[in-house]
Amino acid sequence: MNAQPGKNNNDDQPAAASPDSSGAFTVTALQSGPPCCVPEPMIEVERLCLRYGRTPVLQDVSLTINRGCISALIGPSGCGKTSFLSSLNRLTDLIPSCRVEARIRIDQIDVYSPKIDVIALRRKVGMIFQKPNPFPLSIRRNIELPLREHGLRHREQLHEQVELALRHVGLWEEVKDRLDVSAFSLSGGQQQRLCIARALALRPDVLLLDEPCSALDPIATGVIEELIESLRGRLTAVVVTHNLDQARRIADYAAFFSNRDGAGRLIEHGSKEQIFQTPQDALTQAYVNGRKG
Amino acid sequence: MPCDNPVIISPLDAPPGAVRFTRSRLADLGATIVVWLMAMLVTAVFVWLLADIVWHGAGQLSWQFLTEPSRNAGRAGGVGPILVSTGLILAVCLAVSLPLGLATAVLLAEFTAVDSVFGRLVRRSLDVLAGVPSIVFGLFGNAFFCVYLRMGFSILAGGLTLACMVLPILIRATEEGFRSAPQEYRLGAAALGMSRTSALLHLLLPAAVPGLVVGLVLGIGRALAETAALIFTSGYVDRMPGSLMDSGRSLSIHIYDLSMNVAGGNAHAYGSALVLILLLLVINAAASQMAERWLQRKLITV
Repeated sequence: MNAQPGKNNNDDQPAAASPDSSGAFTVTALQSGPPCCVPEPMIEVERLCLRYGRTPVLQDVSLTINRGCISALIGPSGCGKTSFLSSLNRLTDLIPSCRVEARIRIDQIDVYSPKIDVIALRRKVGMIFQKPNPFPLSIRRNIELPLREHGLRHREQLHEQVELALRHVGLWEEVKDRLDVSAFSLSGGQQQRLCIARALALRPDVLLLDEPCSALDPIATGVIEELIESLRGRLTAVVVTHNLDQARRIADYAAFFSNRDGAGRLIEHGSKEQIFQTPQDALTQAYVNGRKG
Repeated sequence: MPCDNPVIISPLDAPPGAVRFTRSRLADLGATIVVWLMAMLVTAVFVWLLADIVWHGAGQLSWQFLTEPSRNAGRAGGVGPILVSTGLILAVCLAVSLPLGLATAVLLAEFTAVDSVFGRLVRRSLDVLAGVPSIVFGLFGNAFFCVYLRMGFSILAGGLTLACMVLPILIRATEEGFRSAPQEYRLGAAALGMSRTSALLHLLLPAAVPGLVVGLVLGIGRALAETAALIFTSGYVDRMPGSLMDSGRSLSIHIYDLSMNVAGGNAHAYGSALVLILLLLVINAAASQMAERWLQRKLITV
């Protein structure tokens, strides 16, 4: 990675050592919360029940996610991790048969209150998908389109933000000469970084990542992992992953979901040391040790 | 692991060296020949038809034929006013059906669930409408536009009747276009806090344009070929129309009239048929070209 952005809150690297401090991500007041060794709740989920039609997918999930930390959601396929993630930014609204009952608060905002502006919420809570999903536009337009949508109109400001976002994900040096070619011409890993840049350009407080590396090769995965780790302290990241080593490498906290009594449930939640080294639940123990539960 | 499984001998295990031209290979060959024959047959019919029209019609084609008014019930002169009427009828038809069709397609594809009662009702009605014989549309157009709305035999009434005919095709094709746009665009746009309208405008509409063009090409084809519906609505006066409220004869009616009602009109009927086919080709090419241009400006995929 060429431009590893500096100015981490709890990064051991001094900001001056960053190769490009001009491209550093500016830390806004909201984002510069306490480092995650001082747990402060950012996302509070209480009694989440989620159904598709009549099929319950998640039952009675209560979970608190701390500000500025990276939390990994692990568990077998089909236990509702992705559904959990999309209920946080109300992307579940787009699925006609999906019903969500919960009290979810993100940074004191009641997510399921009827008064909430979903668009503003989704701007605050960004999301990255399993398969990189750049729009069929140029690299530049991919980042500009959502920025314009949120009211940024000045050409120079847009250029500035595009460069900043691309620098932040270490993509600037790779694409600065071909900003106007299609985003589809990028490799899978680059596309995923572009998607992350696009989300970060909106300055979200929370970033939800749904298996962001599962479609990528090991090298691209390493780059994305590094990128996610660089977000620690700046925003609250929630990562769904099937790769337990990845969860061990990047997460501060881990939450284990599994199916029990016909619906996905949160089995155990805690620091990654607790989940991976001293799990309390037999199911968790079996899963993190690679045995069948 | 010890390998003590019993060896099962299957009839599919061919004895070594026995690669023969089997019965199934023969069947394959037969099927290939039949499929090719059918394709050739269909193509041949089309080529024959086209060749016949070009053969008989090419001699008629001239600048005078395209611009002059028809004389002596169409035996002499040209198709100038008829071309104008055809163009006007088509313009009215498209001006009404395009915005209406696009809006309905958006509603059906983006704002109603596939299996909702409303969606199914509308879709079923459209499919039935698309299959209704054109003469029925003609009678309806006559009763509703000409008589009830007092438009009389006019280009306006004809165009509106054609719009009713074209709408089902246009809507269904455009809807398919919208549905073929990947769900990732919708989710991705929503996750970035983009409104549905802007996702529609910037991402989904461009993705649906190929479908729209298919609908447009089919619709224009149907509109230009229409005779039965227009006889009752736009009439068959072959003068130059002065306004949309004038009666005007479309090319297809002109061809019908020349070949059925006018003795000695065959030569000019062939000429008009050739003009009609050329017109269809030109309009369709222009529509695809324009859509392509617009698409390249909106989307960059290569």
